[in-house]
Amino acid sequence: MEDLLYQFMNNFAFLILSAIGLAVIFGMMKIINLAHGEFIMLGAYIATLATKAGIPLLLSILLSVVGVGIFGLIVDRLIISRLYGRTLDSVVVTWGVSLVMQQGILILFGPSLETLSTPLGSISIGGSDYSLYRILLFVTAIVLLILLYLLFTKTTFGLHSRAAMQNAEIARSMGVNTNRIYSFTFSIGAALAGLTGALYAPTMAVSPTFGGGFLMPSFVTVIVGGANPLIGPSLSGGVLGVVSTGLDATWGTFFGRLGLLVVAILVIRIMPLGFSGLVEKLSVRKSRG
Amino acid sequence: MLVKLNTENIVAVLIFLFFFVYPVLVDAYSVMNLAYFLSMVFLSLSLSLIWGYCGIFSFGQAVFFGISGYFYAVFTLNSGITTLTPLGLILGVLIGGVIAWILGYFMFYGGVNDVFVGLITLCLTLVLETFMGQTAGDQWMIGQVNLGGFNGINSIPSLQIGSFILTGNSFYYFVLLILLAVFIFLKWFEFSKLGIAVVAIRENRERTKLLGYNVPFIQSLVFAMGGALASLSGIFYVLWGNYITPSAFGLASATIPVVLVAAGGRKNVTAALLFTVLYYWFSQTLSASGSEYALIILGLVLIVAILFVPNGLIASLFHAGDQLFFREHSKSLLRKKGAKTL
Repeated sequence: MEDLLYQFMNNFAFLILSAIGLAVIFGMMKIINLAHGEFIMLGAYIATLATKAGIPLLLSILLSVVGVGIFGLIVDRLIISRLYGRTLDSVVVTWGVSLVMQQGILILFGPSLETLSTPLGSISIGGSDYSLYRILLFVTAIVLLILLYLLFTKTTFGLHSRAAMQNAEIARSMGVNTNRIYSFTFSIGAALAGLTGALYAPTMAVSPTFGGGFLMPSFVTVIVGGANPLIGPSLSGGVLGVVSTGLDATWGTFFGRLGLLVVAILVIRIMPLGFSGLVEKLSVRKSRG
Repeated sequence: MLVKLNTENIVAVLIFLFFFVYPVLVDAYSVMNLAYFLSMVFLSLSLSLIWGYCGIFSFGQAVFFGISGYFYAVFTLNSGITTLTPLGLILGVLIGGVIAWILGYFMFYGGVNDVFVGLITLCLTLVLETFMGQTAGDQWMIGQVNLGGFNGINSIPSLQIGSFILTGNSFYYFVLLILLAVFIFLKWFEFSKLGIAVVAIRENRERTKLLGYNVPFIQSLVFAMGGALASLSGIFYVLWGNYITPSAFGLASATIPVVLVAAGGRKNVTAALLFTVLYYWFSQTLSASGSEYALIILGLVLIVAILFVPNGLIASLFHAGDQLFFREHSKSLLRKKGAKTL
């Protein structure tokens, strides 16, 4: 039982952390960021290189959050800001960005970096060992969701960004600078991707294709979750976490991955707007009494 | 069909003339290279048809590419009779079309549209790649053929018509003739009765429905046609190299047609054709030259293309050519299409 719970925490953290940056950008701006995996990769590189240079891990993680956030802001100002509202064009452009980033990193740093060792060691519960770091990742994922919830519901920025998400035109006519909100949102999404990369850098091999492993789970989580950048990932992360943990345990990791994709296809077929759409429909029905 | 004298049609005629004389000008190796590029053009054309004409955005053309490629391999290797290979080609294309129709039926009759079609098809691509990637081992045999996991299937027989085996130049001309037929069909289709309804769906789905067209039916039909074209591409790819691996329809391969069609000009089949051939030629020349900057240049070209010429690089060049050489004609065309283009 503890094993299953640990696996679930592991899967849930991975799904949430890989999807959250993508979800914020897609939900708020309707931009599909195919360079999401490369943003994560960049975060892993910054964290690894900084740690190698003697900076403590916690500080290197912060450094990569800030670094990738700034990088995201530059990409937004140069490229994405010209594409607001053009969802499909954003696919092509961000794919171009991912090509440039992946190859650029390969040229600069070669095919792989020396991997950091996973910190914190492990604890033993009921006879089996569990990595403390991975449990911490689960806690981080939860804390991140709470922080984002506070950001989007309790701050002026959150209010403005939700207004821009619901109806950009009306938000603009009320004096909200939607372009600045979008820039900031993209930068936050990038910073979150950087955080994910930095957090997972000590647990797997860091190479220019580091982001590839995150792309599929992140897209599936966002698809199943729908447009809402908070309700979406938390619900779909939970459901998909249960599905993949169950399938992993019974039939192995391959069927776990396959199960994720099948669930995603079923969910789009039954409710094209994902869990966010479902929650919205329920709350509308409730308020109508 | 009325063939108009404009830059696009002149370029199309010139391209095909060039393709026909190409084997005379160069060695056998370059001809086979071009045969590969032309095989990949079908994949771009399939997306051009469903996305450019009908407005269905799909990441899943590589799925049909892969399914038909594997089907052809399993069918021909199991039958062992080389004269049955044309049947494998025809069945493979039909199966690709039928699977696309079934998928389209579920999506379009279920009201799934726009970006969600892209997301579903993206998932399917990933499912297929993940699935085929783990088919190494003896339990994954179809008849006598091992699916082979990441290594895929090797030594797949070439196409044989009667006792004539299509390899080298004859394979090249076979692909070229079919490409010409498909190309003429697509040009005709755009202005056929059904084609106009298809374009109407792209421009405004709701309005087309209210005018009495069965929108999901037409969408499924066009999606099936796209699936058949992508299947053709997959089988030609198999015939060209006599092998297929799951990476041929992985995420990267699934994205390339989208990028090519978008950057070339998605509403224009000539642009898709020309840009696909140029892309493969360019990327092969760059990677053959050993330059590590090839992918960076490619990425930058795509970014710049979408930012500054959103209607597509080649399509915009055609438009500029029309303005320059056929000024009056293009003006009247513009006036006719005014509402659409502006």
